[in-house]
Amino acid sequence: MPFRPDNSLTRADVTPKQLWLNRRHLLLGAGAAFAAGPGFAQAVKSPFSTTEEPNTLEDIGSYNNYYEFGFGKEDPAAYASSLTTTPWSIEIGGLVDKPGTYDLADILSQVTLEERIYRFRCVEAWSMIVPWNGFELASLLNRVGVQAEAKYVAFETVVRPEEMPGQKTAALDWPYREGLRLDEAMHPLTILATGIYGEPMPNQNGAPIRLVVPWKYGFKSIKSIVKISLVADMPETTWNMQNAQEYGFYSNVNPAVDHPRWSQASERRIGAGLFGGRVDTLPFNGYADQVAQLYAGQDLKVDY
Amino acid sequence: MLVDRFNGAVRKLPVWGVYGIGALPLASVIWLAVQGNLGGDPVGTLERDLGLWALRLLILALCISPLRRFVGMNLIRFRRALGVLTFVYAALHLTVWVTLDLAFRWGEIFAALTKRPFIIVGMIAFVAMVPLVLTSNNWSVRRLGAAAWQRLHKVTYLAAGLGALHFVMLSKVWKPELIAYTAVMVVLLALRLVPKGRRRTALV
Repeated sequence: MPFRPDNSLTRADVTPKQLWLNRRHLLLGAGAAFAAGPGFAQAVKSPFSTTEEPNTLEDIGSYNNYYEFGFGKEDPAAYASSLTTTPWSIEIGGLVDKPGTYDLADILSQVTLEERIYRFRCVEAWSMIVPWNGFELASLLNRVGVQAEAKYVAFETVVRPEEMPGQKTAALDWPYREGLRLDEAMHPLTILATGIYGEPMPNQNGAPIRLVVPWKYGFKSIKSIVKISLVADMPETTWNMQNAQEYGFYSNVNPAVDHPRWSQASERRIGAGLFGGRVDTLPFNGYADQVAQLYAGQDLKVDY
Repeated sequence: MLVDRFNGAVRKLPVWGVYGIGALPLASVIWLAVQGNLGGDPVGTLERDLGLWALRLLILALCISPLRRFVGMNLIRFRRALGVLTFVYAALHLTVWVTLDLAFRWGEIFAALTKRPFIIVGMIAFVAMVPLVLTSNNWSVRRLGAAAWQRLHKVTYLAAGLGALHFVMLSKVWKPELIAYTAVMVVLLALRLVPKGRRRTALV
């Protein structure tokens, strides 16, 4: 009789993840369980999460702009495995009370990991829903103590051309740099993310730690961070240096302000399929209620 | 002479073979689409692939005259098929843009056609190809006369240049692929500027 697989198992039969991880915890010891990633199974749910259905991990991990690994959307998934993400530390400096090089494990030991399901909108007019695991940037900034003169937060991505082949080209001015105004950085929506779907961050999504600022175009959410600086002057940001006419410092998602070369009025949802059509883009990517007041009095056509 | 033997062999190949091979990328992409294997952004992938194939076929078509003129290889029989295939892929690229990408959102479509330079450039390139595809038959060559037909088909250079420009204008960085297409296009168009006083010579 030919082997026939048993198809009578259903999703209801799957061991709940919490239980499965706890059993591993018992078998392997506390240290080994956390080797998979600190506290993901315990990530706290957040009222900041959208109720929309997230994209699959496959979509999130196979459609990426990460020029350090190549220019195609499939390149980061193909090449990012060359990046070593442990050990990892972030150099925190500038106008802070406690500057220094902070080991990632140390940073994570003092934060509460939350699940934040956010809309993610690329400037290229495509979007996804991503279930990030992370913590508020504000908690890290408060830990190191932000001084009164600080007005902006500057970030840098790692530079390792031997692991990130795209950095051997001059397509962008490496290291990749980004920045936020201090109030944007301290906003509860702004997180540093270390995982997706309760799994450690895939390399192609910016492992081991990246910024997520959901009301701005995706390129502001800098990946694989090694440096955070508190500064008094507006910092240089990579895409603004690349083309100031097209990529502004703020880059808030805004259907009323077009990119010079294409409209921002609508977007294509990744994972919606061939006949998914387009959806209307929302001001501040749908986070207007939480962030519009940060820009009161600013002309967003000028501060694009 | 080697090139004469090449030309002799090539004369026996059927033109429909070019149409057949030229249809393979389209068949492949339709197959992938039906299987759901175009990745997370199937519309973007489809649109981009159709556009790139139009550009590649146009480049192949533009190689034919220089190959005959400077090398002596005679592939003129296949040029019409390459040109028609270029138009087909460009038309499909445009169709995907209207029906799947902008999904019949006519306000946005017309805004794009009037406000976005890279779209306008692409549209002009496409429209320029319409009289070319309509006259890609022996009847037209006879009606127009060879000289007038050849003058009309110099519009190919406009379509080619604008097609490459469309690609440049929509890109965010000068990636190697973009540099390659642009360089090849510039060389192929520049070859047309070589004065025609010389007799055709073969290398071998």
